Amino acid sequence: MNRTPQANESCPSFSNLDQVRRRFPCLQQEIHGNPLVYLDSAATTQKPTQVLQAVESFYQEDCSNVHRGVHTLSERATIRYEAVRAKVAQFIHAPDPHGVIFTSGTTEAINLVARTIGRDRVSSGDQVLISAMEHHANIVPWQMLCEEQGAKLVIIPCTDDGDLILDDLQSLITDRTKVVSIGHVSNAVGTLHDIQKVIAFAREKGAITMIDSAQAISHLPIDVEQLGCDFLAFSAHKMYGPTGTGVLWGRKELLDQMSPWQGGGDMIRTVTFENSTFADVPWKFEAGTPHIAGVIGLGAALDFIQEVGFETIQSHEQQLLEETVTRLDRLDGLTIIGRPKNRISVVSFVLDRIHPHDAGTIMDQQGVAIRAGHHCAMPLMSRFGVAATIRTSFAIYNTLDDIDALVAAIESVQEVFN
Amino acid sequence: MNDIRELYQEMILDHSRSPRNFGPKSKHNLSAKGHNPLCGDDVEMHVLRTADGVVEEICFEGSGCAISTASASILTGVLKGRSEEEVREIFASFRQMVAGQGDAPAGEGLGKLAVFSGVRQYPARVKCATLAWHTLIQALSGVEEEVSTE
Repeated sequence: MNRTPQANESCPSFSNLDQVRRRFPCLQQEIHGNPLVYLDSAATTQKPTQVLQAVESFYQEDCSNVHRGVHTLSERATIRYEAVRAKVAQFIHAPDPHGVIFTSGTTEAINLVARTIGRDRVSSGDQVLISAMEHHANIVPWQMLCEEQGAKLVIIPCTDDGDLILDDLQSLITDRTKVVSIGHVSNAVGTLHDIQKVIAFAREKGAITMIDSAQAISHLPIDVEQLGCDFLAFSAHKMYGPTGTGVLWGRKELLDQMSPWQGGGDMIRTVTFENSTFADVPWKFEAGTPHIAGVIGLGAALDFIQEVGFETIQSHEQQLLEETVTRLDRLDGLTIIGRPKNRISVVSFVLDRIHPHDAGTIMDQQGVAIRAGHHCAMPLMSRFGVAATIRTSFAIYNTLDDIDALVAAIESVQEVFN
Repeated sequence: MNDIRELYQEMILDHSRSPRNFGPKSKHNLSAKGHNPLCGDDVEMHVLRTADGVVEEICFEGSGCAISTASASILTGVLKGRSEEEVREIFASFRQMVAGQGDAPAGEGLGKLAVFSGVRQYPARVKCATLAWHTLIQALSGVEEEVSTE
């Protein structure tokens, strides 16, 4: 009997991934007469049909506010919204869904922590520790806090290869260090940082630990219990979900102690003109009508990722990554920026005498979408002595053909300029 | 690749590789800095303006993409010896050519500057082409404030 082999989770066949790719309507188009080759997933991923349908079905069938009405639609909306909270908790192995706060994205999540517990814990003369490789979203909120409180922002340096230098953590994390906030994966060069080591040191000194997992969340399984961090943030739109939605996970005992951030509806228990009492965690931190459709879309995105499976995602993206590095290394006049020991989904490079923006425009003419710029990591660009780089980043829907198109596009850029 | 050559014409590539009137000049009485945060382009324009408002010397410094570098380089050549009023008029025509509404003129009367007519097809790059111009106008206005394209 000729049996069709079952899809093997640990070793996906390409026809399976082809089916996955076909679920992304935005990828099925031509740009300037060429098939779109989307290599900018670190900026935002494309969205699969199931996410688009989930968002649409909320507006078509259950459109209502949450936590407000006794009517059926509001009940349905509330159930769908809160179900995603439980799903997120499960996804990041959080013990309690109440530790999951919905935000507008990673940026808002980090600001929330900086403006609440950050402000409470950090005083004059204290220190906040971040790294040389952070996204601006994990620099500026802390910089603002330090300025306000008279504290010092301390930076973990990095090597020329784009690895954090963690040998000297003992001197960087002191009794004055009140917050340690570190990116999980560098959005600019793709380094997977040894955050577990940083968290362990920080905890020993009693500092609060926050992890910016925006660039990690769609690429590797995350277990907040195992990591041992206090807070972890990510955005739905970098994990196949809608824009404008994100998550702050926090240790419940810390969230309970924290004062609210924004005041408004939905975050209160009672209000009089004299004073207000606040709702419990997590609703205490969700003032106003949330992005209900976005959260429901995030739920569908989590389903999508789990359906494909991290084993498949990791092996496929690692294959794309290795192929890209190998192919780019063969090109003359191209320098890869950063050679981290552990890299995830991102390769940054520069071309001799060609500005990344010129390259970006020419590559776009071939249908190849890459990011050209400083990737919201200007201090890191200075560290590497470049104003900008060309960044290519992958997701589950990319193929080896995409890398062929990337290489051809780079060659055509060089052809125009040389 | 034909389309893209309309943007990256030989003259633009030439000026981006070897920009003219590039580097600090001792003789200038007006300067301004410009920055395009999107691209990270930086430009600084230096002008020697005579008492009767003529651009006698003009040069620039900075770093940026081919379009912004070539734009700065070519404008220095075109504008030397022009009156401030002429500079503003030429800029208005240039802006109309690269970003104007409706059917823009294909650079008539703009001489060498017409080489930038292709920018019109690439809205994301208009700011690259106009950064040096905005910075120059700022310098001529004598306002000591950095110009940003944003």
